[in-house]
Amino acid sequence: MLTSLNDLREYRDKSSTALKAPELRVLGCAGTGCGAGGSIEIYNRLIELCSAKGLDVQVELQKEVEHKGIGIKKSGCNGFCELGPLVKIEPMGWLYLQVKLEDCEEITERTLVNKEPVERLFYKDAGGTYEKQFDIPFYKKQTRIVLDECGQIDADSIDEYIAFGGYSGLERALFEMSEEQICNEIEESGLRGRGGGGYPAGRKWHQVRMQPEKERYVVCNGDEGDPGAFMDRSIMEGNPHRMLEGMLIAGAATAAHEGYIYVRAEYPLAVERLKRAIETAENLGLIGENILGTDFSFKIHINQGAGAFVCGEGSALTASIEGERGMPRVKPPRTVEAGLFAKPTVLNNVETYANVPLIITKGVDWYRSIGTETSPGTKAFAITGNVKNTGLIEVPMGTTLREVVFDIGGGIKGDKEFKAVQIGGPSGGCLTLGAGQLDLALDFDSLKKVGAMIGSGGLVVMDENTCMVEVARFFMNFTQNESCGKCVPCREGTKRMLEILERIVHGQGTLEDLDLLEELAQTVSKTALCGLGKTAANPVLSTLKYFRDEYIAHVVDKKCPAGACQALKQYRINPDKCKGCSKCARQCPVGAISGEIKSPFNIDSEKCIKCGACAEACPFGAVEEV
Amino acid sequence: METNFSHVDAVLEQYGNEQRNLITVLQQVQAEYRYLPRDVLEYVADKMGVSIAKIYSVATFYENFSLDPKGKYVIKICDGTACHVRKSVPILQKVRETLGVSEHKPTTDDMLFTVETVSCLGACGLAPVMTINDAVHPAMTPQKAGELIEEIRKGEQ
Repeated sequence: MLTSLNDLREYRDKSSTALKAPELRVLGCAGTGCGAGGSIEIYNRLIELCSAKGLDVQVELQKEVEHKGIGIKKSGCNGFCELGPLVKIEPMGWLYLQVKLEDCEEITERTLVNKEPVERLFYKDAGGTYEKQFDIPFYKKQTRIVLDECGQIDADSIDEYIAFGGYSGLERALFEMSEEQICNEIEESGLRGRGGGGYPAGRKWHQVRMQPEKERYVVCNGDEGDPGAFMDRSIMEGNPHRMLEGMLIAGAATAAHEGYIYVRAEYPLAVERLKRAIETAENLGLIGENILGTDFSFKIHINQGAGAFVCGEGSALTASIEGERGMPRVKPPRTVEAGLFAKPTVLNNVETYANVPLIITKGVDWYRSIGTETSPGTKAFAITGNVKNTGLIEVPMGTTLREVVFDIGGGIKGDKEFKAVQIGGPSGGCLTLGAGQLDLALDFDSLKKVGAMIGSGGLVVMDENTCMVEVARFFMNFTQNESCGKCVPCREGTKRMLEILERIVHGQGTLEDLDLLEELAQTVSKTALCGLGKTAANPVLSTLKYFRDEYIAHVVDKKCPAGACQALKQYRINPDKCKGCSKCARQCPVGAISGEIKSPFNIDSEKCIKCGACAEACPFGAVEEV
Repeated sequence: METNFSHVDAVLEQYGNEQRNLITVLQQVQAEYRYLPRDVLEYVADKMGVSIAKIYSVATFYENFSLDPKGKYVIKICDGTACHVRKSVPILQKVRETLGVSEHKPTTDDMLFTVETVSCLGACGLAPVMTINDAVHPAMTPQKAGELIEEIRKGEQ
């Protein structure tokens, strides 16, 4: 139990000495991604092999005795999920990729015993072989400040977090700063909410601090519901203490004594890690009564969501914590005045809180030296879809889309043409090649100007074979499903927009449908109650703006230019390739194929339901899509 | 019919019976029964001093609560953006076809499998993804999904 500033400092010294003691540190990535690839089995196998060889292995930080040996740890997500499971060897900085259980013996023998690299597990591309993690192009262009420790420390160990300088932001906040100074510093840093809107965090904290009501709450939004976004999950799983420290500082700044973390139900590992993190922090006296001997007391609770996207909206989230249906309410009053339990509430998301300790520890000037004037700092993006290197990245605000997709993401999978990026999930929009948006800077204001938004930071890359009308339909289907039903524009509007989009992708749309769709989209944007409804039409509006010709091809020519919409496909049999074996005709569920054995067969397009069974059945590749 | 509510009592004991704990309580009930049985909900309403209508309003709002029994293996196919553009729909079709279930009848008659879709599991780097009782299976194909189901079926025989 740490009861004074001195206690914490001594504890940090001991921890960091212990951290430097082992000759080698092996970090097996244990994020959800690498975990699914078998990283836990690899971790266990390495320990087993080392023990069998009589090597001195430690899995926990040993502070009491001088410990050389080898530390084997489970780290958080390193972000390079495409090439997982990852194993990192420190202090050399070697990164092994796509490690398999069978590789463990070689790693043990060559690296852990003889301290040599296993070259075949290094990253290779046209530029050569890369030994070290931060030389790989995927990492080289990144600035990892928020995610940095995710891959460096044992996520379950508060000692390692403290050894890396953890809780020194809290230390400064409690012993050197007044409530007002903390809020000022966050405001001066220019930190803006990473959850979507980009509202200045410091201003929000000030507003809560100034409320006459003294019972206040700090709430963390970990309901990362945007499909295609998983940066908050990685922080909660990989470095939970960073976020807890941010919440503690927010508590100290606003004289709040209770914090709530609302986590998505789909993130069981994050819940488990957070629970353990809170417990270990409580045991050390960093969460609880009279923290470090001061008069500041703070408790943190975890609430698990139950599967409702709308709960990412502030007032719906607080309603859900209160045990109600998670439906947004009319504002004002705003969350800072009447949030959780109708009390003043600081509500920020995971990534925002994770930025806070850095700002308090390293200072405003350092923070403002990264990113742009109006959007300082970095942003974590989840880059997914049809791109070579999928994963989690962190870049300074203002980095261009081209750098992200091509330099870090490695370009389009299968060397196809880049078409568009969907940014900001179902509330965001498309950035396209045609509109010259590849060189657009990714920051709050530049994106807002073109009708898109950072949202929580999902970047889904789409290639030439992705149909943008289908993409709009997909997002509308999502929002329609998730609409809570409280306000008419969103409840009815999303349903009707979805119907129109369904008609179009099935080849039954008309040109009038496009006008109606646009009118509906604008009406819903203007009249819906909450952020979910107001932004629900963004994917429609942005695809209509940049890909109107694709919509027109669907309704006028009844064709899908990307060849993605099943109902608009036409199958024909190439008579030069067809050997007349009749396999296709036997597979056809509607009897649309006829012909004589040993001469080319024919598809009756009137009867054809475009199921594609014939194309799958043909051994000669004679069934072609046109 | 369930008549012994000792598990529910333990849950209420642990979390307290204020309304703010309703969602947590329902999650615990569902973890035990794999769905929310009506008689249990009535018991919870009685103990927490809230109306059964209130409990139903909350239980039907959130997607994770089910009023119908689920199968022993809950298969979730991710249809988030990343999985969608990497072709998750054919996987869903294959799984539904293999098990003879549909959107409106998600559970097999032998109560072994329930098939659901989920909007994003946050494992986008591994797309397309499927989970079976929360174990993540990365880079799925319709064929791999079929094999996984076959494996479970064999294990159950």
